[in-house]
Amino acid sequence: MAEFALPKNSKITEGKTWPKPTTTANLREFKIYRWDPDDTKNPRIDTYYVDTGDCGPMVLDGLIWIKNKIDPTLTFRRSCREGVCGSCAMNIDGKNGLACITSMHDEPAGAVKVNPLPHQPVVKDLVPDLTNFYAQYASIEPWLHTTTPTPQKEWKQSKEDRAKLDGLYECILCACCSTACPSYWWNSDRYLGPAALLQANRWVSDSRDEATGERLDNLEDPFRLYRCHTIMNCTKACPKGLNPAKAIAELKKKMVERQT
Amino acid sequence: MPARIDRPLSPHLQTYRMTLTMALSVVHRATGLALYAGTLLLVWWLIAAASGPAAYAQLQAFAGSWIGRLILFGYTWALVFHLLSGIRYLIWDLTYGFEAREREWLTRAALIGSIVLTILLWVLVFAMGGGR
Repeated sequence: MAEFALPKNSKITEGKTWPKPTTTANLREFKIYRWDPDDTKNPRIDTYYVDTGDCGPMVLDGLIWIKNKIDPTLTFRRSCREGVCGSCAMNIDGKNGLACITSMHDEPAGAVKVNPLPHQPVVKDLVPDLTNFYAQYASIEPWLHTTTPTPQKEWKQSKEDRAKLDGLYECILCACCSTACPSYWWNSDRYLGPAALLQANRWVSDSRDEATGERLDNLEDPFRLYRCHTIMNCTKACPKGLNPAKAIAELKKKMVERQT
Repeated sequence: MPARIDRPLSPHLQTYRMTLTMALSVVHRATGLALYAGTLLLVWWLIAAASGPAAYAQLQAFAGSWIGRLILFGYTWALVFHLLSGIRYLIWDLTYGFEAREREWLTRAALIGSIVLTILLWVLVFAMGGGR
């Protein structure tokens, strides 16, 4: 049964307000989730003020500025800073997205509220433990399955068949979609979630793959696929503009079609 | 080896911003549950009709009271919303209507349509001489 409230050790407390920079009036307030595994305290929300004249426009620029100029203990993942790697996925102003391509000026009123991806165990501050998420991706066996002998050169695919992978192959596995899904929050132990299912559809849709039947068999389960209730949070969250909800609907349709 | 760290769970419902599709998913489930209770009202109606004039008069008195009418009105809305919302899910299950504009249109249509249809239905019932 779904647990709507946070466990006792996860309840969020009021944190510290860090001093404002005195050199400028162009400030942006950030309210950031903090949790340190090295003490026994509950998570807290710290308040920071970022000098917007001294850093770039994105939320990630603000976080890096805070880490460099105010509080070096602030912990978050980041790498490419241009929406390609998916490392800086987090919950910004109540919506999942990549900090590097989300403007800190999108919501002019109030503070920029930054939390880790929802309903995940926290490693530290904004870093969630995505072990389960990656294991689910591995479970759909995201590689080409074939039984016919490997050709001398390459596995060929027509342009039309290649086009069927558009909107699926671009996924960067940032976990924004899966951790935006209430169904995934309540059943992530058994429901694969939108990211893994979009990838499952990517391999099911691949004309070169010869294990379509087995792949669908593996998803024929009340939880693995059918916990999707078309809530649409996944599609709304995807920073790459993909449509996991539609990919899941296509999988469900293929399940029915193969029975006829 | 140190003891396993007792990691907190990151906030979910507490921080996630509610969207219309998210809210109506909850409402769809809730109206589905409400329809079970509504079906019990239908059962009461059938039993009362089969039991004779006294039992039927009792049901009439309840259904005619303001609280009874409120419940019946709510039941009508739950039924109409669940129906329209169900059609919306049917369209999605056929893999149509997933673009942002279509998705929001379908969702708003289910909500607004259910309210309009419910009111129309009650106006029609009263106009045809029901509710007396």
